[in-house]
Amino acid sequence: MTETLPGAAVPNPLDEAAITAAVDQAVAAIAAASTLDELKAVRLAHAGEKSALSLANREIGGLPKDQKAAAGKLMGASRGRVNKALADRTVELEAENDARILVEETVDVTAAPRRRRAGARHPLSTLQDRVADIFVGMGWEIAEGPEVESEWFNFDALNFKPDHPAREMQDTFFVEPPEAHLLMRTHTSPVQVRSMLEREVPIYVLCPGKVFRTDELDATHTPVFHQFEGLAIDKRLSMADLRGTLEHFARQMFGDEAQIRLRPNYFPFTEPSAELDIWHPGAKGGPRWIEWGGCGMVNPNVLRAAGIDPDVYSGFAFGMGIERTLMFRNEVGDMRDMIEGDVRFSEHFGMEI
Amino acid sequence: MRIPLSWLREFAAVPAGATAEDVMAELVKVGFEEEAVHRPADALQGPVVVGQVLSLVKEPQSNGKTINWCQVRVVPEGQQQTLTGDGIDPSGVQGIICGAHNFVEGDKVVVTLPGAVLPGDFRISARKTYGHLSAGMIASVRELGIGEDHDGILVLSRIGLDPEIGTDAMELLDLYDQAAEINVTPDRGYAFSIRGVAREYAHATGTTFTDPASRVQAPAELSGGYGVKLNDDAPIYGKAGCDRFVARTVRGIDATRPTPPWMSSRLRLAGIRSISLPVDISNYVMLELGQPLHFYDQDKLSGEIVVRRAVTGEKLKTLDGKERTLDVEDLLITDGSGPIGVAGVMGGAATEVSDATSTILIEAAHFEEVSIARSRRRHKLPSEASKRFERGVDWHVAHVAAQRAVDLLVELAGGTAAAEGTDVGTAPDAVAVELPAAFAAERIGIDFTEDQILTSLKDLGAVVETTDGGYSVTAPSWRTDLETKEDLSEEIARLVGYDKIPATLPVAPPGRGLTRVQQQRRRLVQALADAGLTEVLAYPFVSKAANDTFGVPAAGTERKALKLANPISEEHGYLRTSILPGLIEVAKRNHSRGFRDLALFETGLVFLPGATLGTSTIPPLGAKPSEDVLDALYDGVPEQPLYLAAVLTGHDSPAAPAHTPRAWDWADALDIARLAGDVLGVELVVGQGQHQAFHPGRAAQLALRSGEVVGYAGELHPKLLAAHDMPARSVALELNVDALFDAAADVIVARHISSYPVATQDVALVVAADVAADEVLAALRGGAGELLEEVSLFDVYAGKGIEEGKKSLAFNLRFRADDRTLTADEASAARDSAVAAAHERFGAVQR
Repeated sequence: MTETLPGAAVPNPLDEAAITAAVDQAVAAIAAASTLDELKAVRLAHAGEKSALSLANREIGGLPKDQKAAAGKLMGASRGRVNKALADRTVELEAENDARILVEETVDVTAAPRRRRAGARHPLSTLQDRVADIFVGMGWEIAEGPEVESEWFNFDALNFKPDHPAREMQDTFFVEPPEAHLLMRTHTSPVQVRSMLEREVPIYVLCPGKVFRTDELDATHTPVFHQFEGLAIDKRLSMADLRGTLEHFARQMFGDEAQIRLRPNYFPFTEPSAELDIWHPGAKGGPRWIEWGGCGMVNPNVLRAAGIDPDVYSGFAFGMGIERTLMFRNEVGDMRDMIEGDVRFSEHFGMEI
Repeated sequence: MRIPLSWLREFAAVPAGATAEDVMAELVKVGFEEEAVHRPADALQGPVVVGQVLSLVKEPQSNGKTINWCQVRVVPEGQQQTLTGDGIDPSGVQGIICGAHNFVEGDKVVVTLPGAVLPGDFRISARKTYGHLSAGMIASVRELGIGEDHDGILVLSRIGLDPEIGTDAMELLDLYDQAAEINVTPDRGYAFSIRGVAREYAHATGTTFTDPASRVQAPAELSGGYGVKLNDDAPIYGKAGCDRFVARTVRGIDATRPTPPWMSSRLRLAGIRSISLPVDISNYVMLELGQPLHFYDQDKLSGEIVVRRAVTGEKLKTLDGKERTLDVEDLLITDGSGPIGVAGVMGGAATEVSDATSTILIEAAHFEEVSIARSRRRHKLPSEASKRFERGVDWHVAHVAAQRAVDLLVELAGGTAAAEGTDVGTAPDAVAVELPAAFAAERIGIDFTEDQILTSLKDLGAVVETTDGGYSVTAPSWRTDLETKEDLSEEIARLVGYDKIPATLPVAPPGRGLTRVQQQRRRLVQALADAGLTEVLAYPFVSKAANDTFGVPAAGTERKALKLANPISEEHGYLRTSILPGLIEVAKRNHSRGFRDLALFETGLVFLPGATLGTSTIPPLGAKPSEDVLDALYDGVPEQPLYLAAVLTGHDSPAAPAHTPRAWDWADALDIARLAGDVLGVELVVGQGQHQAFHPGRAAQLALRSGEVVGYAGELHPKLLAAHDMPARSVALELNVDALFDAAADVIVARHISSYPVATQDVALVVAADVAADEVLAALRGGAGELLEEVSLFDVYAGKGIEEGKKSLAFNLRFRADDRTLTADEASAARDSAVAAAHERFGAVQR
């Protein structure tokens, strides 16, 4: 690679035309080099030790003294031009090279793998937390209790008379043997009784949890479902306080436009009792009232069962179904979706509701 | 309760155009939930008219059947047919093919003309059949949707009708009536009657109400009637089972007369089938006044009636033909022959009214709620009568209802009322409830005026006296549910309107937020979901086999578990002692739907019965039990700790370009268990585990530092996986997280962080293959002394260069001092001391 261009004679360093021609030739070759490798060959040919310009430069030593300066000047400038052209082209080609490598490294980002699986909460569990947070924000506390209960906590303490039809309407799962008086709680109300027995008045508690009724599973029924019940015991609580609490809660859950409606109803553990409806502007098939739960003023017999004097204290209680709330809030059409554990159901919600 | 509107209109001013929906919309305001609308005209549309069969030609067919080719006049003779349309004959006579044979020429029948639509969207049109153009149909009661009988067509004379030809048969048969069905809460027995609902409708709308009882002219006193004795020697809760028995006799009735259409129509709309005129009358009076009645064939009675409790071994054949063994708590109606009925529940077959009956003895009695409820439950005999008695019937309406039945039997069955009658029993004392003047306002939050209070209570039928500081209120006899000032407050609020209640927000005292355990539980659940697991919620009902497998480590041991007395399915008759069976079910369901790569978890209670189970008695309601009794109630409730379980099947992630999914293995199960420990700040001590549900060589037993075993993690047993049709190598874990919550430190004390340089040393130790790596690590930690900051296992090797039956464990030891830079000699000495400890315990030799 050190040979001179074939057939090229060594130009005279004083021959400006020949030197300029060699320089032009070199610059043209530099410009024509399209890769760094080609440029390397061009550098050897036009700026290497055996290139025409180098050889011509070497001729300066043999020139008469008075010609050396002129030849030096000519050669210096000429070689400078070539070196600059080389340097500029090197920068250009290096930049092109870098850019090409990046282009070559391009991947299809749309084909990226999911290396970690995304987990998911069950929306009933997420919703339960959401409800609890609203009440905790109001200064209430969350109370819990066992799912297999003594009949006394589930019924008698809640003023269900032993032979009253209301007791049967609860469709209770009983635990064997019957003499043990154990059952699967039919509502979370036994937690209210436990709370009243275990806490000091005033009491403001929310009792979320699983409850059980002997319903066959279908699109709107399930033998295992979730409730949250609230209980407030204080001096001079009225149904207006109940309404205010429910209204506040409804607005936290469904937005400032939420409206509620109370209708007379009957529960053994409250008197007066009411059915709670919520106005659902976005309901499928048009805006309408939707039954949300039951509520009322705690029956004095319930307070007495917990040793609280009904002449001094009054209270209110309410209870709603979490499944039902999820059904109309999030348009779950079939109860079975919440029960079966199909991963598509939970994963659709992710960590949110 | 279904309310036929025509019936309601008799006693309350319902607007002329009101529909069942309109009535329900009013009743919901006073606390009756809307259930359904029953409107025959929705399914049956005219023209349906009365026709007379002019001629009937029997035409035998090749298939052996004989059909009738009938000419039926549907427009009175001499009048024009005003109807038009395809198949309507302008002559007013229709040619109709009819397959029934229970009628003759001259009979008046119901003709559904072309254009009519019958229930089941059966459209009537003129059509060619059996060689004729049949233009309409002669209808049976079943085709009209008003009965079951399909043996023949409806011949109007047989139901006592002789209408003009061409009459609108829907009008004739009361088929334009409609019923509103409402839900009656169990405290309001009185609303299981037209009387009760009409009154409530008046409350809701402010319209006028006429008490149906006031229309009946019942004698104030009765005497000389059939002998009746009330003889309850074992009252329940001290209340006599029967405190009133009215008996009336009607002689010379014709039990075979048809029930008039207005009555059968109302009964049908009310959901009660027409059976015979006497039975229909007793049901009609019950629906109207709320008083269940029983009719006896008086000629079949022997001697006086005694109402008493059963004696052991007594039997009764009830109306449904079943022989029933009676319980000593059953209240019976008896005569000289023995039991003739279970009071208020079902009558006996022997004294039943039949077509041949000519003398009827009417029973209108008042029975005590609990006694009836128990007999009904015991004999599984829910009836319209027991439903009302259990919820409370008006004591004072019995003689009125008896009279109403007498009147109807006279009017419709041709009977003659006996002048004498029987009325025994004692009215309960009317109890006045004291209502302090301000009580309702305080409890409800509405500033009721005195007028609102008085008007509401009087509208209910209560007697109100103004007293010092309030009111003394005597509830009407049909409102046995009004016993307290709270009950009265509800009534006032209900009649004034719940929509008038304002909203105020009470302020709770400053709270503590979520408890520690509640926060721990949330953190745990969220951490597992964040780690890529999917939360599910399975049912807690499992099989005995599932509990015996998953609930106890040693095979062949029976798991003590709670059994349900009335499970949804016998197969899943037990409560879970482990979360895993439910999770495996869920995993299988997902597999069957095409999802093989799963990471499922659930947290939930398991049920672990101890030595004591419940309490043999239950304290009464309305009073706080003694501390001892309460303690027994608490102690009787089985332990129900919170468990966490997870099941992983298939791979950790989906296959993708440049990504190879990893199959879940035993270590993933263990890793998730450890994650649970980590998020709660509890160290889990891992040991080789033996649990029948797990692979005997690939399961870890998880314990607290105290040694308490809190769970297992690893690969599920291959045989179990095969038996459950689960993918091989599926892994699982289960932890008692309540135990973890308990073990978490209350306060974590900070550790000093040394900034001196670290000195690391690696050692490879050869030990017997069956030595647990974790125990070698513990030995190293113990032997290394206080300079050791951390020790971790980074490689396990067996094979070439290692003696058969041994393995090499490579550990990384990190040393650091709190107060100086360690010299190489110090670090080496600590390492040697660690190795020496491992050597001493396990014969470990450094490679």
